[in-house]
Amino acid sequence: MATTQTLTPVMERQRRANMRRNAFYLALIVVGLLAPFVAYPVFLMKVLTFALFACAFNLLLGYAGLLSFGHAAFLATGGYVTGYLLSSYPGLTPELGILIGTGAAVLLGVAFGALAIRRQGIYFAMVTLALAQLMFFFYIQAPFTGGEDGLHGVPRGHLFGFISLRSNLAMYYFVFAIFLIGFAIVQRAVHSPFGQVLKAIRENEPRAVSLGYNVDAYKLLAFVISAGLAGLAGSTKTIVFQLASLTDAHWHMSGEVILMTLLGGVGTLFGPVVGAGLVVSLQHMLAQSPLGNWVNVILGLIFVICVLSFRSGIVGEITKMYRKNFK
Amino acid sequence: MTQEFILETRGLTKEFRGFTAVDDVNLQVREGHIHALIGPNGAGKTTVFNLLTKFLPPTRGEILYRDKSITKMKANEIARLGLVRSFQISAVFAHMTALENVRVALQRPIGTSFHFWKSERTLDHLNDRAMELLEQVGLAEYADVLTVEMPYGRKRALEVATTLAMDPTLMLLDEPTQGMGAEDVDRIVELIREVAKGRTVLMVEHNLSVVSRLCDRITVLARGAVLAEGDYKAVSANPLVKEAYMGTETEEEETSA
Repeated sequence: MATTQTLTPVMERQRRANMRRNAFYLALIVVGLLAPFVAYPVFLMKVLTFALFACAFNLLLGYAGLLSFGHAAFLATGGYVTGYLLSSYPGLTPELGILIGTGAAVLLGVAFGALAIRRQGIYFAMVTLALAQLMFFFYIQAPFTGGEDGLHGVPRGHLFGFISLRSNLAMYYFVFAIFLIGFAIVQRAVHSPFGQVLKAIRENEPRAVSLGYNVDAYKLLAFVISAGLAGLAGSTKTIVFQLASLTDAHWHMSGEVILMTLLGGVGTLFGPVVGAGLVVSLQHMLAQSPLGNWVNVILGLIFVICVLSFRSGIVGEITKMYRKNFK
Repeated sequence: MTQEFILETRGLTKEFRGFTAVDDVNLQVREGHIHALIGPNGAGKTTVFNLLTKFLPPTRGEILYRDKSITKMKANEIARLGLVRSFQISAVFAHMTALENVRVALQRPIGTSFHFWKSERTLDHLNDRAMELLEQVGLAEYADVLTVEMPYGRKRALEVATTLAMDPTLMLLDEPTQGMGAEDVDRIVELIREVAKGRTVLMVEHNLSVVSRLCDRITVLARGAVLAEGDYKAVSANPLVKEAYMGTETEEEETSA
């Protein structure tokens, strides 16, 4: 059986790669569990929620080849819905609030996706931007968002009804768990039968069509998963900071998530996490320094350097180097 | 006359803003044949091809597959019927391995292609079939290679393997030897002859030596309309065909070189 013989070394290599990957994941989880004893938990939670947001965005850009310029709409929708519900119904537990907020983002994703995936490339980006702007103005006017002021003092409540999230440490572990779930969903989606088709569509759409795939349906599903995870990030973020505001709905936010993803490495699983960590850290550090007013200029400069000199992003370049030298 | 023609067009016409690229074409492809569509540059071969594969909607006319109209169907739907096309520029999934390229074609009928919660290891049972197909086109040892790293001739062979994975009844090949050196051309001609067994092939082809070696029947297009039809002997003896090709003879030699 020539077939099995040729496959065995491949499988062996895959098995070893899987083992290495699992060890790497385990190490990162340990780091995540110990992190709040070293760094400020609220800062870490901010990083984690943005990392999840960027992972959601990356699923769409990196694995389906679709550049959305309106992902702020999903972040904000998750945030507002969860914030409003938790403020208005004190009996509601935070996990349910998050679930409903995520659900709202999923529904919005279905509506936006159905409209946007009919167009390609820059037109797709424009349609998503236009729809997100629509949501921005809706959230200014809508009675339940607090308009320009936003929603303040959203209660963190008790997880499952009995674990108080008032302490930042408890809150952190909850956020960390949500991040892990979101990341696992992205990881699995990328390495699933669905992920294979998605990759094929990204690589050569006409060919995928000629193999019988209804590519629009696959793009829509990717869009909806991405929107849902962005909503999950927004819902979680609202509970962490006990606030939902227009900042999350603004197109700056859609731009920021693109920046994070490209900086970290689009189409790599960890790129968005690294990118989010870097951008949030920079914002945090610069805000406290005399350069506070220059945050956006500095981020812009970094972005330019990234696009000009290391296009695959930080993780992308490291992976390339690793492949070149150790394989 | 049941099933005599696997593919038939009636009055197929395509107009682009007043310019008629394809004009009232009646094409009949017999089951089991290797049928070529030839003609000088600008004759409308590629447009006809794109109409047949539903990548373009026709302005008028009908397309029949096994006596049923497929005029209104979408490109991905006719692929499921067994009409599978190839592309002029090798259409492979560059950042996937050769094995994954073929497997993507195999996985759709299983029905789990929307399952984003399943591991891709659930597709491993398709690997043996994918390897068989790779062996058939002589690519077994490249199964694990990223397609982007393969030379052009191998990419085309991989494309054939991917098309075969669909188990097509009718293969539509768009200039399968385009951009190839003589050695690769011979290999692809052999490959097409091999895979055409038990199937029907309709190909657009520039290279007349390839056409003469492979094809049972030839349709010559000129200015969007059918100029002549028959086997290679009849078509090449036709004075109208000679006349239509006059101005482009040198170019043919280049492509067949």
